[in-house]
Amino acid sequence: MTTTTSTAPARRRDRDPGQGAVTGRLPWVLLVPALLGLGFLVLPLAGLLVRAPWSTLGTRLAEPQVLEALRLSLVTATLATAVCLLLGVPLAWLLARVTFPGRRLVRALVTVPLVLPPVVGGVALLLVFGRRGLAGQWLEAAFGITLPFTTVGVVVAEAFVAMPFLVISVEGALRAADQRFEEAAATLGASRLVIFRRVTLPLVAPGIVAGAVLCWARALGEFGATITFAGNFPGRTQTMPLAVYLALETEPEAAIVLSLVLLAVSVIILAGLRDRWVTAP
Amino acid sequence: MFRRLSRWAAALPLALVLAGAAGCGSSDPAASAGASAGGTTTVTVFAAASLTGTFTELGKAFETANPGTTVRFNFGSSATLAQQITQGAPADVFAAASPATMKTVTDASLAAAPTTFVRNKLVIAVPTDNPAKVDELKDLTDPKVKVALCAEQVPCGAAAVKALDAAGLTVKPVTLEQDVKATLTKVELGEVDAALVYKTDVIASGGKVQGITFPEADKAINDYPIATLAKAPAGDLAKRFVDLVLSQQGKDVLTKAGFEAP
Repeated sequence: MTTTTSTAPARRRDRDPGQGAVTGRLPWVLLVPALLGLGFLVLPLAGLLVRAPWSTLGTRLAEPQVLEALRLSLVTATLATAVCLLLGVPLAWLLARVTFPGRRLVRALVTVPLVLPPVVGGVALLLVFGRRGLAGQWLEAAFGITLPFTTVGVVVAEAFVAMPFLVISVEGALRAADQRFEEAAATLGASRLVIFRRVTLPLVAPGIVAGAVLCWARALGEFGATITFAGNFPGRTQTMPLAVYLALETEPEAAIVLSLVLLAVSVIILAGLRDRWVTAP
Repeated sequence: MFRRLSRWAAALPLALVLAGAAGCGSSDPAASAGASAGGTTTVTVFAAASLTGTFTELGKAFETANPGTTVRFNFGSSATLAQQITQGAPADVFAAASPATMKTVTDASLAAAPTTFVRNKLVIAVPTDNPAKVDELKDLTDPKVKVALCAEQVPCGAAAVKALDAAGLTVKPVTLEQDVKATLTKVELGEVDAALVYKTDVIASGGKVQGITFPEADKAINDYPIATLAKAPAGDLAKRFVDLVLSQQGKDVLTKAGFEAP
């Protein structure tokens, strides 16, 4: 395929972002839309900052349910990311490395949660894992496990919505990776599992980290599927986005504070991760 | 060749989104400009989600009675609608599910003298087969019974708290839903054994859930106020719509749906 010619320069670009050899006048055709795009993404954030009730910020943040919701959000998003890594990386490998009939269809199906309105995703989860759902009925009868209205349910909802982000980026990384290393390992007698573990995984590690970061961010902001599938109860299933939505009903200022907390925490974590992992060699 | 095509295909959704956004942006000013130019033919009504069925019916009646007019509805959570109005949304009439949400609008001097036009009562909604054998409010305190309530921030949640307080009962719900329809859905799907919702929602569900009345509901009756807005672009037409809601015809439609006269 195209791997031998196209991946080498692409990888070099990854390594030195912003230090390309091409210099000269910046073309307006690209610069203007780029700045417009940046403004479009950042302005709403500025709106939140401007309208934030700074004088009462301290007292609002000290409210126990804020910290409770934040803790729950961080824990569930991290657990959901772990679930996605465990299931999503092998799934991405399957899609990128194994030829099987219907692969295109499977790839399209994997992206369904991206297209589905999250609330519909939540209803779909209820129909499968709910008390009267196809699998849920059996889970309750056999193990006495019910997922809706539990913290585990939050993790399930978040993982469902966030997994495609991981699968797509890992699959992309796998397709861009130089397959000659894997071929060499195979000629030296390594089994497929050993190749996956010793060659493929280290090779696509940056792609996996990038995918995990995206996946985590999506899980952290998850609202629709969570409130539909897991409901809303403080300390058990009320994550930050749910707390923000309900605060908006009565106290828009409290909602702004909660949004800022969520944004600050996620920006700090994502910025820290990007420097350390995502752009690293 | 194929690769080039697929690249364009990838850009297509974005283009559609942009086009859609541009369309939304241009339609509103055009509508309000038409109204202010004297051709007041459109009445924009912001109404609580629980009024969806009845107001849609009344809107059609209004259009028939006033040929050439159009009634546009924005149904949603009363609190959200109140905020949209205070943020300058072009509305003519506001019908809220609670006096508190109407107060947000009157406090901002955007409406005066709201009239209570209906009242809504809570009932216990259970799945049609009533698996937990619920038949009175006290049964909801049983820890084995899974209960969904509306969050206290929305009118149906505030009413539920009031009714339970009046009865001196403490219920531990498994979830506090964001609105009454979401609460009802949890009952319809059988995920909870019982919920406190409005009588009108049970009737509107068309037999998918069973409603059980309870005496304490009388202590937590929800008043629905309606008002024309001070800056109503439709002017007199807005008042005529409110008159229709308050008329005998309006009362008939509303009581048929389970609302009670004030």
